Amino acid sequence: MKEEIIIAGFGGQGVLSMGKILAYSGLMEGHEVSWMPSYGPEQRGGTANVTVIVSEDRISSPILNTYDTAIILNQQSLDKFEPTIKPGGCLIYDGYGISTPPQRKDINVYRIDAMTKSVELKTTKVFNMIVLGGFLKVRPIVRMENVILGLKKSLPERHHKLIPMNEEAIRVGMDLIQKMN
Amino acid sequence: MAEEIQLLKGNEALALAAIRSGADGYFGYPITPQSEVMETLMAVEPWKTTGMVVLQAESELSSINMVYGGAAAGKQVMTSSSSPGISLMQEGISYIAACELPCLIVNVQRGGPGLGTIQPSQSDYFQATKGGGHGDYHLIVLAPASVQEMADFTVLAFDLAFKYRNPVMMLADGLIGQMMEKVVLPEQRPRRTMEQIKEQCPWATWGKPSSRKPNIITSLELDSKDMEQNNLRLQKKYKEISDHEVRYEEFETSDAEYLLIAFGACARICQKAVEEARAQGIRLGLIRPVTLWPFPYKAIAEQANKVKGILSVEMNAGQMVEDVRLAVKGNVPVEFFGRLGGIIPTPDEIVTALKEKIIK
Amino acid sequence: MENDIFKPENLVYTKTPVLNDTPMHYCPGCSHGVVHKLVAEVVDEMGIQEDTIGIAPVGCAVFAYRYFEMDFQEAAHGRAPAVATAIKRLYPEKYVFTYQGDGDLAAIGTAETIHACNRGENILIIFINNAIYGMTGGQMAPTTLEGMKTSTCPYGRDTTINGYPLNITDLLVQLKGTRYITRQSVHNAASILKAKKALKKGFQNCMEKKGTSVIEFVSTCNSGWKMSPAKANEWMVENMFKAYPLGDLKDI
Repeated sequence: MKEEIIIAGFGGQGVLSMGKILAYSGLMEGHEVSWMPSYGPEQRGGTANVTVIVSEDRISSPILNTYDTAIILNQQSLDKFEPTIKPGGCLIYDGYGISTPPQRKDINVYRIDAMTKSVELKTTKVFNMIVLGGFLKVRPIVRMENVILGLKKSLPERHHKLIPMNEEAIRVGMDLIQKMN
Repeated sequence: MAEEIQLLKGNEALALAAIRSGADGYFGYPITPQSEVMETLMAVEPWKTTGMVVLQAESELSSINMVYGGAAAGKQVMTSSSSPGISLMQEGISYIAACELPCLIVNVQRGGPGLGTIQPSQSDYFQATKGGGHGDYHLIVLAPASVQEMADFTVLAFDLAFKYRNPVMMLADGLIGQMMEKVVLPEQRPRRTMEQIKEQCPWATWGKPSSRKPNIITSLELDSKDMEQNNLRLQKKYKEISDHEVRYEEFETSDAEYLLIAFGACARICQKAVEEARAQGIRLGLIRPVTLWPFPYKAIAEQANKVKGILSVEMNAGQMVEDVRLAVKGNVPVEFFGRLGGIIPTPDEIVTALKEKIIK
Repeated sequence: MENDIFKPENLVYTKTPVLNDTPMHYCPGCSHGVVHKLVAEVVDEMGIQEDTIGIAPVGCAVFAYRYFEMDFQEAAHGRAPAVATAIKRLYPEKYVFTYQGDGDLAAIGTAETIHACNRGENILIIFINNAIYGMTGGQMAPTTLEGMKTSTCPYGRDTTINGYPLNITDLLVQLKGTRYITRQSVHNAASILKAKKALKKGFQNCMEKKGTSVIEFVSTCNSGWKMSPAKANEWMVENMFKAYPLGDLKDI
């Protein structure tokens, strides 16, 4: 098993932390993992992306040309990363603010309206966990118990009381995601 | 203590490994992309556990001179910075080399010249391996290619520094500093006791007992005859280091027709390029220098005799390629491929460059 | 006859063993020799020779380490306070002092001086201010007086070109990290006695964790000033003391 993932969106959407929780979950699963952010002065509003690799074998390059899965949270990122998904790969996007939906036919396209849902549920803080839930539904590369362990590892202890809320958001995402093609 | 696997950024692994290596002091100044080193140390507060001193200096000029002071007093001290900050430190590094002081200097490189970019780069290769500061001196230069090596090389660097009484530079880059990977931290070593410091560093300025003459740490020698002797002593040591401390790794070289040479983050990307090329039927191998000084001239020369061409891949405009050409001595074509300004080459770009420049 | 004089009961002065017998390179009449002797005597009298680490500057006192029977480090130009900071932080039980000139402390090393003082490092900074660069041959210093001639202001310091004499010690008084700041001289017996007391206090403060001590010695450079030693002392009293008045500036 080897899953090469790009997660991209606006800074402030929890792109980097979603990647971190996913990487930690992979670690708990006993896999090799790497997490490589686009770092820099981008904060809220700028673009942010992170490459996460979860693999049973040693990981060579943490930087990739193509991805098994792209998790896309804004239009710029969709335009940039849609062409980089491997044929047969997987594109998951949040429909909020997307004016030009994905065009490719040789990949599996999924839509998850996590932004709208999180506003509706008044849980915008765990928006990224709804997206993660959607990803785990279609690419179950780590088990839920290890995601919870990953959350515990990546969240500071004072935030551990929020874990049930995160877990619930993941389940919401699993129900919310829908295949588009 | 059981080995615990953690997921850490390279910068965090470096900081935690420094504490575990038994370091006595860290002196630094914030600069992207390595600020997590001091941030991690300040959050962990090692002065409450091991007694390690951590201090934010007013500049890189000050932090390297704090390292000078601490090292000259026999303590196990370090600093870290990124390219522009390392440039500012060069005077101090020259003094430290001249006085033969053991210490660790970490450069988490970003793109230059000038203020440049904060994205990863390897454009300080010349500076790290060919001098940097004034005078004839060498640093031992280690190039980590993973978060695990950021931790492991911290311990190795201090061991080499004290073995040879020589400053060691860890030449990392923004990619290795910022990425997270699995890492097993080294076991906690106790900081040396005063008695151990006196035994290991009888030359250091820890206060003159009546039993010995004063210990003086200086690089000043106005008499040219004596200054030449000082230089010859250094050169003798550099020869010894060159003879014993060359480190490198080989990947898929046994049947290779073509060879990539890359260090640090680039070596990781080149491993993927080797996988891609082999999937296309190209018998490609990789040599990764682990020590950039001393450089693995011999290993590269030996491989050069078995291949049709060599591509040096770097995140700069072609620096290490000069050492590769020195090693190969014109026996096979050596070409260069690199990206500049903080852009990280992708594996397929490397394979394409190999085809265009070497295989043709 | 002569041998009769060399009797223990006739002995009135012994050089402190903290100062060795190496002939000093300082010019005859220079203040450095006197300050060196005072430092050595204080270290001797306090019994802290084994626990004291000195930092030499770049400037006339670059070879200070040759004369003291103490562990010494030679710092890069201006960086002595940073070097001293690390040693003191790593060895809190040691006495650590820097010995710096005006170019070292108040020009190239201004940042290190101010920040070490601002952090309240428990070190002693000994500052020799003779208003000129002696070692490199008499160039303008940050503390060179208005109108004073040096090789790089041969017609006298012109404030429209060179700015004003930098009274850095007054600046350091403002910093919360400093606890003892005094301006002394060593041009006569009375001032030497006072200066020695100040040095003793400065060294004692190193163990009290209350901040940085700075002792400025308003000094002569008769070679650089192109005067006889006696004339240089007179000139210092008349001119230097006006710009840099003697006395304690801070003692808390």
